[in-house]
Amino acid sequence: MLDEREQCLSREERDVVQADLLHKLCRHVYDHVDTYRKKFDEFDIDPASINTVGDIASLPFTVKDDLRAAYPYKMFAAPMDDIVRVHSSSGTTGQVSVVGYTQRDLDMWSRLVARALDAAGATAADIMQISYGYGLFTGGLGLHYGTEHLGATAIPVSGGNTQRQIQILRDFGVTGIAATPSYAVLIAETAQKLGVDLRELPIRFGIFGAEPWSNALRAQIEEAFGLEAFDIYGLSEILGPGVGFECHEHDGLHINEDHFLIEILDTETLAPVADGTYGEVVFTTLTKEGIPLLRYRTRDISRIVAGDCACGRTTRRLERITGRSDDMLIIRGVNVYPSQIEQVLLDVAQVAPHYQIVLSKKGALDDVEVRVELDPQVDFDEIRSLERITNIVKDALASALAISVRVKLVESGTITRSEGKAQRLVDLRNAEEEGEKR
Amino acid sequence: MKQLSVFLENAPGHLARMTRLLGEAGHNMYALMTADTADYGVVRVICDDPDAAAQTLRDRDITAQVHEVCAVAVPDRPGGLSDLLDTIAEASIDISYCYCFVHPSCSDAVTVFRLSDSEATVVLETAGYRIVELEDFNA
Repeated sequence: MLDEREQCLSREERDVVQADLLHKLCRHVYDHVDTYRKKFDEFDIDPASINTVGDIASLPFTVKDDLRAAYPYKMFAAPMDDIVRVHSSSGTTGQVSVVGYTQRDLDMWSRLVARALDAAGATAADIMQISYGYGLFTGGLGLHYGTEHLGATAIPVSGGNTQRQIQILRDFGVTGIAATPSYAVLIAETAQKLGVDLRELPIRFGIFGAEPWSNALRAQIEEAFGLEAFDIYGLSEILGPGVGFECHEHDGLHINEDHFLIEILDTETLAPVADGTYGEVVFTTLTKEGIPLLRYRTRDISRIVAGDCACGRTTRRLERITGRSDDMLIIRGVNVYPSQIEQVLLDVAQVAPHYQIVLSKKGALDDVEVRVELDPQVDFDEIRSLERITNIVKDALASALAISVRVKLVESGTITRSEGKAQRLVDLRNAEEEGEKR
Repeated sequence: MKQLSVFLENAPGHLARMTRLLGEAGHNMYALMTADTADYGVVRVICDDPDAAAQTLRDRDITAQVHEVCAVAVPDRPGGLSDLLDTIAEASIDISYCYCFVHPSCSDAVTVFRLSDSEATVVLETAGYRIVELEDFNA
């Protein structure tokens, strides 16, 4: 096991390591990040007073809005001279958070991804096809450097061009693949159409993440490829893939607690809950230099898997993410907020700002239909005028969200009005798999 | 001539509900034409009182409008319509849509056009065509 000592600390050892890092972190962000100095001062917290893991409860939270307000670099704790890379959360206009990495951050990240690969049984002899997108998205480059760090071979094919993906899978002696689960399914479906039996190829494991996926989908991928599927967890604000990962036991994501302090908090009171109880996942980055975050509220809902893992790692395991506490959607790997859609619709005069987003699966990919009411004042007598309106809405959404959606004009008054929180979203993506969830 | 236009979702029961509402309110329809897409349709209706019919539907939250269209009497003989269409084409007038129907009060067929040119009726009348009005049916 890679980093066996770090991954197998006793609870007491872990607390000592985390407390020491947390103490230093508080001092560092107080001195280097305006956002935190203001928060500490506002709550009258002396950074020197944070000495134990338990003291974290007195620290302020960091939320996505803090990062947006800091756009692009204002929360960086290291000078730009030391920042060697930036990534950003999925490219949605106006909602982007930018994260910076020092060389030491990248080394740490590569190491943690290597731990995930190691846990999946990968060695320097393996050949990894990286089918995550390369770019501002952390998936591609994160897995790429982790693969190289392990000494394995990285094939930086990135996403898309599915036929070429299959050709490489077949011809390059690929033994492992990294991709979003939905893209893995598309690859499998395409291979079947082309008459390529993936099960006859040497590939034996896959690292899948960046979007929630069900156990039913896992079974489908494992069957189609003849591989063992491993979940990987991360978010760009905290690091990217590698914050947590699955081992062969497939019973939760081992969190790299020597670098991240995880808390599960009651969604109402924000008080810590016991292991095994669901709550909001909150992370503190203990070692990051570029943009360290204190108590970052992920909005992901999950729980700590109680008990010890048979693999020998003592790091606590986060159950696979089952829901979000706010309304952010992940559509084909892109973060989308219903409020962004609303904003676009408000700018299009020919439609009323009453809309509904219907998510479903078209094959392996997310299908998005935006239903919007026609403004009853608009001359609709000619179909071409309706098509023009549909295209205006479609183009406006595509440029604002960076994903293409189908737009369906509906009769005025047919979208249910609500006085409270509107039911803007109809998510049918996992409807057929609902029974499988734990 | 005024035409009732209705925007409807392309789903079972929507057309039935619309026509039932018109029937219950005592509106008589002379012609009905649907233009459909996968998601929605536009229903165009020639009826005795389009303004009142539109209000009847709007009162029940159905998106309805009244538009001016051009209704032309077409000689009921082979080639009658193509002669008319030639006249329109020669005047470089675009036809957005058209549909034909017959009414017992009128020996000619009636062709309803939505045309690009508001002066189209003048062109057609000059060419000897008779413009049909709602009164011709309601008499």
